[in-house]
Amino acid sequence: MVFAIVLAGGKGSRMGNTDMPKQFMKLGSKPILVHTVEKFFVNSRFEKVIVPTHKSWVEHARNLITKNLGDTDKVVVIDGGETRNDTIMNAIAYIEVNYGLDDDTIVVTHDSVRPFVTHRIIDENIDFAAKYGACDTMVPAADTIVESCDGEAITSIPIRDHMYQGQTPQSFKAKRLKEIFESLTDEEKNILTDACKMYVLKGEHVHVLKGEVFNIKITYPFDMKVAQSLIGAAEDLEG
Amino acid sequence: MINAVYQLVAPRMIEVAYKEIDLTAGEVVMRPYKVSVCKADQRYYQGMRSPEALKAKLPMALTHECVAQVVYDPTGTYSVGDFVVPVPNTPTETDSVVAENYLRSSYFRSSGYDGFLQDFITAAPDRVVKLPSDMNMNVASFTELISVSVHAISRFDKIAHSRRNKIGIWGDGNVGYITALVMHYLYPETELYIFGTVEEKLSYFSFAKAAYHVDHVPEGISVDHAFECVGGGGCQPAINQIIDLINPEGTISLMGVSENNVGINTRMVLEKGLRLFGSSRSGVEDFAKAVELCSEHPRLVNYLDNLVGDVVRVESIPDIHRAFDLDYHRSFGKTVIDWAK
Repeated sequence: MVFAIVLAGGKGSRMGNTDMPKQFMKLGSKPILVHTVEKFFVNSRFEKVIVPTHKSWVEHARNLITKNLGDTDKVVVIDGGETRNDTIMNAIAYIEVNYGLDDDTIVVTHDSVRPFVTHRIIDENIDFAAKYGACDTMVPAADTIVESCDGEAITSIPIRDHMYQGQTPQSFKAKRLKEIFESLTDEEKNILTDACKMYVLKGEHVHVLKGEVFNIKITYPFDMKVAQSLIGAAEDLEG
Repeated sequence: MINAVYQLVAPRMIEVAYKEIDLTAGEVVMRPYKVSVCKADQRYYQGMRSPEALKAKLPMALTHECVAQVVYDPTGTYSVGDFVVPVPNTPTETDSVVAENYLRSSYFRSSGYDGFLQDFITAAPDRVVKLPSDMNMNVASFTELISVSVHAISRFDKIAHSRRNKIGIWGDGNVGYITALVMHYLYPETELYIFGTVEEKLSYFSFAKAAYHVDHVPEGISVDHAFECVGGGGCQPAINQIIDLINPEGTISLMGVSENNVGINTRMVLEKGLRLFGSSRSGVEDFAKAVELCSEHPRLVNYLDNLVGDVVRVESIPDIHRAFDLDYHRSFGKTVIDWAK
């Protein structure tokens, strides 16, 4: 079985005048979260789309899903966790309780603030997670990446052709992901904020798949303006 | 849901635009599976339309021939995974006399409205025709083109007098080949005569009674009715040769598109009492009939499979350019895009 985990645990931001989490802000005619969830909702390969959300926003997220997708049991909003990995583990626990976990259970984890993800990217995540056990979506780095350990002097400048920018989805065989997470010490868990990094440190293969430059993460007000203008520009073209 | 739409913004320049899809609009959401490139798309892509037309119609996503796979249908008309053909013509009104493809209010994809080069396509359920699952999908990708021939022949059937012993088809390209084939299967008793300019292409018409180079038509050849499938600058000599060779009171179905006005020998049109009628595009009924014909006649599909030329897997915008470049240098046959973008 294949499950989508749309990570919507972000608590608040200063994107607008209030502290509303950015995934609930409107992009075009709908909240960003709804745009993102819809991409997984229409993909028939998913048994369920799990949306872990900060507990104070769970009801709000449910309302948005129901308002936009109607009464559907394909999408479920659950409590998230303290960290990104805790949130993923909460979703895996939900799967385990309701469906059981086996070697073929796949989770496609995705940032709720990346609404421009495409059908091809999602399908390849499922395919490569099934084939390789884990995969990550990335695009070649456009800028030169410079490492500075102290923020004052350059430590190294890696070869740009070897550098990529990580996006999401990141997808895994759920059982193995859980095993790896549980094998970490608390200290390691604090450092390893990225699920793929856990695999890499454990020496496990993570397959690379091609993202899209436009699969942007809406993090800062600047990103929101870019996203709005992309949608707005399209609307202008309609005329 | 935000959809990625791959639009031609200027000749040979494709950019991605983003448009919202409303999942509650009661429309079928499909994913393009195989897309076929049409000469009309190529004219936009190469900038061979007038500057006024390009300014009026661009930016837009190209292509109006495809097979798609249903990913979501809130109306329950289709099942997820069904292979379907979306109909590019979308009427905005009904008319008891004028067919949907001739209503000036209808809009047509990849002619001022976005075609099928998109992450998702949406259409009302009645604008979608289901395909049998065992269909040859490369051939099905140009069902639209087959439906155009079906439509022209349906009009011929309504307009032409009943003597249909010999029919001439001018044009040895894709439209001529498909029209001749559909004619052959719908009117198996009728003798088909093909008139073209390229011997190699004429040799494909082995099912016809005879195929002639237009400069070497034997004495005494005549036809009861004719289809002009030439288009472009070749329209004028083709139509006038038809007028010379056609029997009195015959019908001439005009199917070729020309950017310029065409001079024709009206004296002989009058003297022979000929009927010339235009035929353009097709409607949902023609699509259904095209699919039915292909299902009933596997050999017809085998013939049509001969048209499948380059099959190009498209994962990126440069791949779209590659597909159009390959198609541009192709004199016969169809370029099919395996959509993996």
